[in-house]
Amino acid sequence: MNHVPTPTTKRSSTDEFGVIEHVPDANDGDAAVLRTEELLLNMGPQHPSTHGVLRVVLDLEGERILKATPHLGYLHRGTEKLAEGKTYQQIVTLTDRLDYVCAMTNNFAYVRAVEKLLGVQVPPRAEYVRTIVAELQRISGHLFWLGTQALDIGAMTVFFYTFREREILIELFEKLCGARLTYSYYKVGGVSDDLTPDIIAALRAFLKAFPDKIIEYNTLLETNRIWLARTKGVAVISAEDAVSYSLTGPTLRGSGVNYDVRKAEPYAAYADVEWDVPLGKNGDTYDRYYIRLEEIRQSARIVSQCLDKLPEGPVSIDVPGITFPAKERVMVDMESLIHHFKMACEGIRPPKGEIYCATEAPKGELGFYINSDGGNHPYRLKIRSPSFVHLGAFDHMARGYLIADIVTIFGTYDVVMGECDR
Amino acid sequence: MEAIGQLVVILGTIGVVMVTVLLHVAYLTYLERKVLGWMQDRMGPMEVGYHGLLQPLADGLKLFMKEDIIPSGANKIIFSLAPILSLIPALIGFAVVPWGDGQLTIPLPWIGDVTFRPFVTDLNIGILYVLALSSVGAYGVLLGGWASNSKYSLLGGLRSAAQVISYELALGMSLVGVLLMAGSLSLVKIAQAQAGGFWHWYAFALPFPQIVALVLYGIAAVAETNRLPFDLPEAESELVAGFFTEYSGMRFAFFFLAEYANMILVSCIATIVFLGGWHAPFPFLDFVPGIIWFLLKVYVFLFGFFWIRATLPRLRYDQLMTFGWKVMIPLVLANIVITSIAQYFWMN
Repeated sequence: MNHVPTPTTKRSSTDEFGVIEHVPDANDGDAAVLRTEELLLNMGPQHPSTHGVLRVVLDLEGERILKATPHLGYLHRGTEKLAEGKTYQQIVTLTDRLDYVCAMTNNFAYVRAVEKLLGVQVPPRAEYVRTIVAELQRISGHLFWLGTQALDIGAMTVFFYTFREREILIELFEKLCGARLTYSYYKVGGVSDDLTPDIIAALRAFLKAFPDKIIEYNTLLETNRIWLARTKGVAVISAEDAVSYSLTGPTLRGSGVNYDVRKAEPYAAYADVEWDVPLGKNGDTYDRYYIRLEEIRQSARIVSQCLDKLPEGPVSIDVPGITFPAKERVMVDMESLIHHFKMACEGIRPPKGEIYCATEAPKGELGFYINSDGGNHPYRLKIRSPSFVHLGAFDHMARGYLIADIVTIFGTYDVVMGECDR
Repeated sequence: MEAIGQLVVILGTIGVVMVTVLLHVAYLTYLERKVLGWMQDRMGPMEVGYHGLLQPLADGLKLFMKEDIIPSGANKIIFSLAPILSLIPALIGFAVVPWGDGQLTIPLPWIGDVTFRPFVTDLNIGILYVLALSSVGAYGVLLGGWASNSKYSLLGGLRSAAQVISYELALGMSLVGVLLMAGSLSLVKIAQAQAGGFWHWYAFALPFPQIVALVLYGIAAVAETNRLPFDLPEAESELVAGFFTEYSGMRFAFFFLAEYANMILVSCIATIVFLGGWHAPFPFLDFVPGIIWFLLKVYVFLFGFFWIRATLPRLRYDQLMTFGWKVMIPLVLANIVITSIAQYFWMN
């Protein structure tokens, strides 16, 4: 229980957040001093707005946060350890379960690392399809983020509007690869299915209607004074601090640091299309909101350019030892059957070596480090997940704000615990 | 005998008012879900009955059957009393709410004359009575939060205490302009004074239309009833469920009913004080029964509650306080001053 500060405590010092420390007056003697202490509030792992099972222990002075300690591990499934016993193509399904809000981005990051280790190049059409799907995933991830962030702040309608559009995208993904959330669509050497003409038509229809939808969300938020008051100047992080806490993605760009893996080390088809990296100025929650919304627009721009430029050709390489043979050939061709059997039981054997490959996921830089001993499963797989790194800055960003801001800060990271705990 | 007959009539009126209010409360939850559904591109309740019409009954039954949990370490007596303390003031506030005009006297054999009136009682301090009750209702929230032995509940209770004190001032003072113009605290007299078309309603009436006061009253009423964007005592994304985090079953239902009953009550007061009560907007529409006009205006207000909930995010605690003390209170004070001056010159 929190004790009410009494007249025997006096204001002695104020730290940089305006938090007043209560220091007993020495003249009053010990007996007259009522003890004041912080209220310790345990938020999570079961809490409506901790985005899964994040647990934060808050030291409170009234409603003001003195200290916020995130406790992780409630969704730990041992992905990295499990990966050591799986063949390279089996690990793709594990990566689906990292950031389950936009699962294909993880597939993409992982297969890129393996391809880099193998030194293979995927066909141009595959690069374009990968870019399109990755950007659609970014849109669907950011829509999810926008809905939940608005819901946390109390604007419930935005949530239903963004999920309406996300549903369209998820149905497109279902048409594309048969799954709604855990896709395993990217595979080493390409993607599993090609974009069909009716998917492309549906996609174009979506892209045509989508800008109006963004305006619709914005009418509810961007000019809303309560929304501005709740996001501007909240959870501010300076550019230097953001860099030293290794923040990436929109959280870093909100502070004005121009770093985007897609621009810094272009992969897939990002170098062939025109798009901008939106940057913030103040590093507050509003800037990060603005950047994510702008990224949605830019992603739509990338997708429509890729659709225009989409080259013809296969969507996967066909190299024995890396990819499975086509199913039609397996049914009629002895060598293909053997090849299929060898792939299924042995898998890919990359050369001995280690690799780190970073991909721009919706939440930030998602990196896969693979240490190969030349066998058919990795000796060590390490995932650099943005959510985990971002939570390192949680205390720094939460101090001095109110309890109500905690949920804003959860939201502004776009934290997904599946990725955080791995 | 006549007194006993009249007593029976009054008890009957009370019974009718209670049942009507509770029915409205039950269907208000349904209406809110439907309206929110339409605004949010979804259907709302559809399963129980035709278009979900029996949903309130199903919800009530479910809550009634739920296990009643009192958390260990909670203050059992206060924990049990708090929901009742919250609900009863919300319900007995309707005693002074008139929904029509005139009276009907029927001479009965053996018993004598009995008089039917469209309200339970015409208290000469009706507005004060309602305001006093809404303050008492806040004790239920405060004590419920305190007695639960949970930090979330405690914070919810603390927030509610601060919020109710801040916004009750604005709520009460926004009515003062009308009191100056009507010269009465009785809700019946205030409503009667607004007969004869919408330009006689106090929201639009000379000498100084109280339209600003109406808006301020609306904002304060949203805060009074703990609704978005002022639902900080129960802010689900921050405090789980705020003061009723630990409540379950019927006790939870009581808090829920109290919130909706309060919504109806503040809407009724707004209708009577600012929008002419049961009077038609134009004299030629007087053939429509007054109760229909009354309900129509009340539901316009209630729809406003839903609309605001669907549109606005939640304020933060410090912003709520700043808004209450630095925006609302100066505005209502200015309204009182201007109305007084205008009324003074009008009278002379």
